[in-house]
Amino acid sequence: MEKKKIKMPSFHTDLDAFIPATDAEKEYIVQMRPSSTFFKDGVKRLLKNKIATASLLVMVIIILASILIPMFWPYSYEAQLGNQPGKPVDASYNNLAPFEYGATEQKRIEAGEKVFPHIFGTDAAGRDYFIRVVYGTRISLAVGLFASIIVLIIGMTIGSIAGYCGGKVDLFIMRIVDIIYSLPDMLMVILLSVVLKIALTDVIAGTVLEKIGVNIISLFIVFGLLYWVSMSRLIRGQILSLREQEYVLASKATGAKAGWVIRKHLMPNCISVIIISTALQIPSAIFTESYLSFLGLGVNAPMPSLGSLASDALNGIHSYPYRLVIPAIVISLIVLSLNLLGDGLRDAFDPKLNG
Amino acid sequence: MSSKTLGYILKRILLAILTVWVVITVTFFATRMIPGGPFIGEKAISPAAQASLEAKYGLDKPVFEQYVTYLKGVVFDFDFGPSLKQRGRMVIDIIADGMKVSAKLGVIAACSAAVVGIVLGSIAALRRNKLIDKIIMVVTTACVSMPTFIMGSLMLILFSLKLGWLPANGDSQGGLVLPIIALALYPMAYITRLTRSSMLDVLGQDYIRTARAKGVPKWKIIFGHALKNSLIPVITYFGPMLAYIVTGSLVVEKIFAVPGIGRAFVNSITGRDYTLVMGTTIVLAVLIVVMNLVSDILYKVVDPRINLE
Repeated sequence: MEKKKIKMPSFHTDLDAFIPATDAEKEYIVQMRPSSTFFKDGVKRLLKNKIATASLLVMVIIILASILIPMFWPYSYEAQLGNQPGKPVDASYNNLAPFEYGATEQKRIEAGEKVFPHIFGTDAAGRDYFIRVVYGTRISLAVGLFASIIVLIIGMTIGSIAGYCGGKVDLFIMRIVDIIYSLPDMLMVILLSVVLKIALTDVIAGTVLEKIGVNIISLFIVFGLLYWVSMSRLIRGQILSLREQEYVLASKATGAKAGWVIRKHLMPNCISVIIISTALQIPSAIFTESYLSFLGLGVNAPMPSLGSLASDALNGIHSYPYRLVIPAIVISLIVLSLNLLGDGLRDAFDPKLNG
Repeated sequence: MSSKTLGYILKRILLAILTVWVVITVTFFATRMIPGGPFIGEKAISPAAQASLEAKYGLDKPVFEQYVTYLKGVVFDFDFGPSLKQRGRMVIDIIADGMKVSAKLGVIAACSAAVVGIVLGSIAALRRNKLIDKIIMVVTTACVSMPTFIMGSLMLILFSLKLGWLPANGDSQGGLVLPIIALALYPMAYITRLTRSSMLDVLGQDYIRTARAKGVPKWKIIFGHALKNSLIPVITYFGPMLAYIVTGSLVVEKIFAVPGIGRAFVNSITGRDYTLVMGTTIVLAVLIVVMNLVSDILYKVVDPRINLE
């Protein structure tokens, strides 16, 4: 009589259950649809959102235009067209209306030559206004992006230190955050910009930084000093709540090291919040830069930014209102589409907020 | 009022005092970075005036002693020193003069923003997803994403240069209308959105359903139950709104040439009148901090359900 092998109920793990599947067995697994990553999922959700997609499109067009157009445009943002070397200043180039030409250009056209039109005319110093707007857009975008990255780096570092360490370190950092948070930010930005502008001019003279301009540098410093607080609060809160999650406990219980927990559990769960708040920081930085430029604390002349163009246009507003309207539309378009895009990103990449 | 509420208020007041102290300290040390110091700058002044300034503010003494003198002067006498560019005038007098105009501008803008915003927000919430709601939401979204200086400049072009309805100069008759609207639009749009979302939240509550089931008239539900409760989050916006109006008034007063504190501040920045910059920063900062404090405390006192932590 063959002795039947009876499986006794046991608390020991049945190792047979963990043998890898053979190829034959794998054949049976029907893939209903290709597996999707978190990122792919988010992009899919984002593209379903019509407003966010439209904003994304607008931003892509604006960014590409601001990068590509200066490459082939025949005029430069700083060249005063009426001011050729070795010749007296030709005032006929100043304050040209859209699609008008200066005196010498007019002669060349009459001689049968083709002259590239000044689509938006020229400004009071005879500079092609279209390329100034394009260049100003590029600078405003770059300033917004870099300022946001600075805020991101500082906020992330301090926020995660506060979150990980907890205890006294956390308490100390959060009190500082509280105070900076309750400071009237705009006033402090203005004050520090005024002072840094003067104090830094000598310090950076002759270095690479001088090219960027003392105002932009002080803008970055001010952003780094003041605006990291909301980012660090956010990241601290995320880390505090995440590290109490069961899956982190489970991971630790199965012997995961701190590095593993951070890389595999904390970071991926923070990243969407980080990306979204950075995306929303950019329009606010652009906003601040244009505001400061408007007060005369923005980029250094002759470099244009959208805010400084609008500010300059205010002087000739009676005769040339379009010079204010054009940068105004571009700023509003950028800020609006970045805000809408940020909202869309939040809806798409933060499933927890969807409720 | 529970002791917990009192404790919160005390903590909040302490934080406000600390913030004001930080503002004054930052301002003091920031302006000391300017070569020559804030009281002298790069301007050549007479030896006698310089001597009296040095004596009064102890410019030859150690920085810490200067700081204590300055702090005492600011806190007890509102003494921000003399203006560097407007000869013979004290900074505090310039601020007080400008405040008369700016306060009027700011208060009217804040009140109209609050009233219009609450009305529009309630209408949008009560007519949710109807045409009027959609129109209100589109317009407010546009208003929120347009910087004040752009809004102001565009209004200047449209209403005074093109249409000629209102004067472009803020100093003339009716000249404050445009600056007020320019200043009020953003907070108005913000309050509209805030009221709408909180009203929608309240309208979904059980007690509204109960009131309806009891047969309470609709207007009574709206005004007695819904509106009252949905205004609570709006209170929290009062502080930020004031901060917004203060910073917004800087550019609006520049655009419309309103002789207020904002224009004085902007001119002092470009004219390197450091003492005026310091003084105005401190006064406006204190204003904002106090307003934030009041709106925060009011928020906790009005709604006892709110968790104080």
